[in-house]
Amino acid sequence: MSANLPLVNATESSPTPLEIDCLSKSFGEVIAVDGVSLELHAGECLGLLGPNGAGKSTLIRSIVGRILPDAGRVSVFGFAASSPEARAALGWVPQELALYPRLTCKENLAAFGRYHGLSGGKLTESVAWCLDWAALTDRAGDLEKNLSGGMKRRLNMAAGIIHRPRVVLMDEPTVGVDPQSRNRIFEMIEALRDKGAAIIYTTHYMEEAERLCDRVAIIDHGRIIAQGTNQELVHSTFASRSQVVARFAGPADEVSLWVEQHAGHLVDGSAEFTIEHSTEIAGLLDDAAHAGLELLDVTLRRPNLESVFLHLTGRELRD
Amino acid sequence: MIIPIIRTAITGLCRDRASLALSFILPIAFFSIFAVIFGGQHNSTARINVILVDEDHSRASLDLVRGLERESSLAVSTRPASKNKSAAPLPEYTAASAEAAVKAGNAPVALIIPQGFGQNPISFGGDNSAPQIQLLNDSSDMIAPQMVSGLLQKAAMTAMPVTMAEKGMQYTDQYIGGFSPEQRKRMDGNLDQLRQIESRQDAAGSSSAPADSGSGGMIAVKARSVVGQDKRSPMISFYAASIGVMFLLFTATGSAGVLLDEAESGTLDRVLSSRVTMTTLLGGKLIYNTLLAFTQLAVMFLWGWAVFKLDLFTHIPGFLVMGLCTAFAVAAFGMLLASICQTRAQLGAISTLLILMMSAVGGSMFPRFLMPEAMQKAGLFTINAWAIDGFTKVFWRDLPVGQLWQQVSVLLAVGIVLFVLARRIARRWEIA
Repeated sequence: MSANLPLVNATESSPTPLEIDCLSKSFGEVIAVDGVSLELHAGECLGLLGPNGAGKSTLIRSIVGRILPDAGRVSVFGFAASSPEARAALGWVPQELALYPRLTCKENLAAFGRYHGLSGGKLTESVAWCLDWAALTDRAGDLEKNLSGGMKRRLNMAAGIIHRPRVVLMDEPTVGVDPQSRNRIFEMIEALRDKGAAIIYTTHYMEEAERLCDRVAIIDHGRIIAQGTNQELVHSTFASRSQVVARFAGPADEVSLWVEQHAGHLVDGSAEFTIEHSTEIAGLLDDAAHAGLELLDVTLRRPNLESVFLHLTGRELRD
Repeated sequence: MIIPIIRTAITGLCRDRASLALSFILPIAFFSIFAVIFGGQHNSTARINVILVDEDHSRASLDLVRGLERESSLAVSTRPASKNKSAAPLPEYTAASAEAAVKAGNAPVALIIPQGFGQNPISFGGDNSAPQIQLLNDSSDMIAPQMVSGLLQKAAMTAMPVTMAEKGMQYTDQYIGGFSPEQRKRMDGNLDQLRQIESRQDAAGSSSAPADSGSGGMIAVKARSVVGQDKRSPMISFYAASIGVMFLLFTATGSAGVLLDEAESGTLDRVLSSRVTMTTLLGGKLIYNTLLAFTQLAVMFLWGWAVFKLDLFTHIPGFLVMGLCTAFAVAAFGMLLASICQTRAQLGAISTLLILMMSAVGGSMFPRFLMPEAMQKAGLFTINAWAIDGFTKVFWRDLPVGQLWQQVSVLLAVGIVLFVLARRIARRWEIA
């Protein structure tokens, strides 16, 4: 990847790249975003996590000016989201493959570059840089419709940053790609962040957020219910507690009843309990034995982002 | 096993409104349109406009004029219609103004009864001395002159009995040796009775014409095409325009439908999140669709020139003006439909329905001049009719570009109105 073309033009004197203040949006009776406030700094990747229908996409679309909020304010480097300055500073990678199937990779990038006001040598330079960034230089002449799923995703990302924005919004950019392509996408995002771009990254994959994001905001029912670094979130949610995961043999209804009585829950047939001290494990196992449950295996686990997410948003299906 | 398959198919069809519309509404709509055109519903059978010039003003010519006026399938006019009812009537047509009116497309046929017609109106047995009625016609309408010619002979048979009898006596005198005084006296008496009956019928204003009186060529008629007489391929330009406009509508609608694809794929959202505004986007697509439609029309006319000897290159200015105006109107039509519809399937169904109906009523499938008057008027609500009329003026009547102002104005106005509507409706994509 060539590194001689600066991706972003952030200056030290620039105000905060993105500020969201008490943003609200309803669709009829449904409150999609409910008083969200966020701040994003240069060179920072903020993970936006939430179950389906939590309000992530509405929030992203409000930032790019595609949704008019009912209340609140979005400012990009001090400019309103709908202003030309904000549009120039924002890059959006939508969840859908928003590309022209009958255009080649190069033509797609050139088209979106022109829509952002690029032309001449600057456009040519940006297209070349984006192709290189997305590892698509050797497929520049291929039609979008003939690319693999991973290549389409990378092209979709490249089209979102063709104008070299300083704030990039990525809405689940790794949906439906294989591990190799996903890894390549991670590298692309890391490269962007290293060059000073401020990134909001929405995903359902906790390991992606753990790897890429400096901070994480968890959104549910339109509200930010927790935000901080991974460690901060785990600590604020579980403090020094750990998780015990145990599997038992025996009738499923008896196991379920016993797990419920001991403030645990079943996940894929395994019982999960939160404990303050490791000494509590012995007591739990004794109780299980007295209840006639045969222990198959037991694991002590430190809570992670997924534990935090499930703890805060619950385990009920959302759609 | 077969029943579940049928059940699944029926459920699918019932939930696909587009397919339902194409399956049931389109055939019914088409059936109704053609039933009205050919079935003569509501007493609106097509009447042929005929301009009549009586240069003779004899008893025979007046009888003939009255006979033609009584024909229910003819709309006879002896003078141009005044623009408003309170204005004084315009002077009667002359031979020259009648010919000009046919050339301008005001009527497909003009009949000119020459001076001296009344002295020798009947031409039994190819009597060359009989003055010939001139029948001036527009050769784009192949049916009207033949109908008028036949009805002229019918009118002669039914509206001029006295003249016929007098002529018969004249021939008897000439070829048999004449009547005796007694025979002549009785003949004159009968002729008087005939004249009285004829007068009473005139006063009653009724048409006593028999349903089928036949025609034996008793009136000498000299037919002459005053429009299209020197055209090598008479109807090619008409069909190039009529078929062309119909397919232009399909092309423009299909092309505008890309907007729906882009909305569905999220590309539209992405484009609108850049510097491109909805007005810029729709404007760009309108220009592209206009150029696409014009190119399609140009290719069709070039094909007509190369294969069917269509006289394209002597009509370039008119073709450019009409082609661009038509392309603009159909492009705006496509944009409006695309902005109204929610999905491609919906657009496909609605556009097929509308375009085929517009094409049927507007003359793309069947010349409008052969339709009932009400249908001809209904056709004026279609792009097809105005476009075809304009192309006909250019390629058939060889009229200069200035004469296209009506068609150009209407097509441009239609295009602007439809585009403004499309822009308003497209606000649904702009911002939520």
